[in-house]
Amino acid sequence: MAEIPSDLLYTEDHEYVKDTGETDVVAIGITDYAQGELGDVVYIELPKVGASFGAHDVFGTVEAVKAVSELFSPLSGEVVAINDRLDKEPALVNSDPYGAGWMIKLRLRATDERDSLLGPDEYRKHIGQ
Amino acid sequence: MASDSTATLKRTALHSIHTALGAKLVPFAGFEMPVQYPTGITAEHNAVRSGAGLFDVSHMGEFIVRGPQAVDFVSYVTTNDVAKLAVGQVHYSTILNERGTIEDDCLVYRFADHLMIVVNASNIRKDFDHISKYLPRFDATLEDVSDDVALLALQGPKAQQILARHTDVDLESIGYYHFTVGTVAGVKDVIVSRTGYTGEDGFELYFDPARAEHVWRELTAKGDVTPAGLGCRDSLRLEMGMALYGNDIDDTVTPLEANLQWLVKLAKGDFVGREVLQAQKERGVPKKLVGFTSGERAFPRHGYPVFYENAASGVVTSGTMSPSLGTPIGMCYVPTAGAKEGSTLEVEIRGKRVPATVVKPPFYKHASHR
Repeated sequence: MAEIPSDLLYTEDHEYVKDTGETDVVAIGITDYAQGELGDVVYIELPKVGASFGAHDVFGTVEAVKAVSELFSPLSGEVVAINDRLDKEPALVNSDPYGAGWMIKLRLRATDERDSLLGPDEYRKHIGQ
Repeated sequence: MASDSTATLKRTALHSIHTALGAKLVPFAGFEMPVQYPTGITAEHNAVRSGAGLFDVSHMGEFIVRGPQAVDFVSYVTTNDVAKLAVGQVHYSTILNERGTIEDDCLVYRFADHLMIVVNASNIRKDFDHISKYLPRFDATLEDVSDDVALLALQGPKAQQILARHTDVDLESIGYYHFTVGTVAGVKDVIVSRTGYTGEDGFELYFDPARAEHVWRELTAKGDVTPAGLGCRDSLRLEMGMALYGNDIDDTVTPLEANLQWLVKLAKGDFVGREVLQAQKERGVPKKLVGFTSGERAFPRHGYPVFYENAASGVVTSGTMSPSLGTPIGMCYVPTAGAKEGSTLEVEIRGKRVPATVVKPPFYKHASHR
């Protein structure tokens, strides 16, 4: 069973949104279910700090041994941090997707967009779990 | 074509074991096969390079050829020189059609009174029908025993010491690409073959599928053998530059183009496809299968476009991020002029062309096979 923390929000494309403690800044990564489906992640292409994305824009690429997948920004905003550790340790996305495997931090442009995201129960239903 | 729905897929004798181990099962060549176990492709790959991994490859096909002209028949339908095989020896070979292109790649085993041809699962029916066409010219019989044979591959530098715990067969005396028949884990008449598709030392065991679960359990009982799926089988063989039928070789290429000229013995006498190959050898090949690497992080995958001197020259036939080397590796066909070591290609990775350099496989130089 894939882990679905109850305090996060999710997209249908299997990204999660996590509060960082800083107002209007969220951490974004891919879900436990997504990493399990992808298998061993070997490379993650991330944007530069300062890049801006709208909701549903492609912000990066995750390459696993058997598949490659685009990463979609769940919300609109500006990248204020990227997880540099993933450059040397991409497998953190597999071992700790919600913790050390986070990908980018986004300063949100429009906080009301969050209403369009899935809650944990909705996401659980979405993946048929 | 049969659909890929699991209802129509065949299962090997080890299906329940794969399920119990939590394997990710995928349709492959008409079988439901384990692509990886919960530890993941990279860990399985590394276990085979450093210790030992166990693969269920029972989906592979086996044909038995008997009769006074068994050797002549197999030599006629394959490219390598079967008459040169000693009893207890096996060689790699190709099966061609009259156009000289590759119907399949195979192993040929010579026993005292018969031969065994081992073919790819996806080609069992096609190969059998194809070579059957030539059978009436020979005093020989051909039998497809694929469903009656389990095949396990124990691969890795520790394969011999592990297998030695379960057999009295003198493994040390079996040379690379040689085999014997003996008792393994209490199961009689097991073909113990020092062959594999990983570059590592190891053994392939052919035996009665009714005993497959027993042999698997015995070999993995101590916990020093890692169950290994088709995912790492692919990255292991690619690191060695070994061709995969359907990716790197198929019926659009000849063995001379596929860098398999060492399997073609034009002087052995007539065989299917010989005339075409003889002519191609004299004329020269228009393209060649090469290995390449790149310094990029994004890596090439099967089907990505390849450019040589700015012109589209084909596609990546196999590509991955090498788990052992940490760099992208791949194979593709390029015009013969561009096939030299060190020549520069470009691979288009999701819309962006990146440079790649032709290298001579194997990519991984430290494999333990002998």
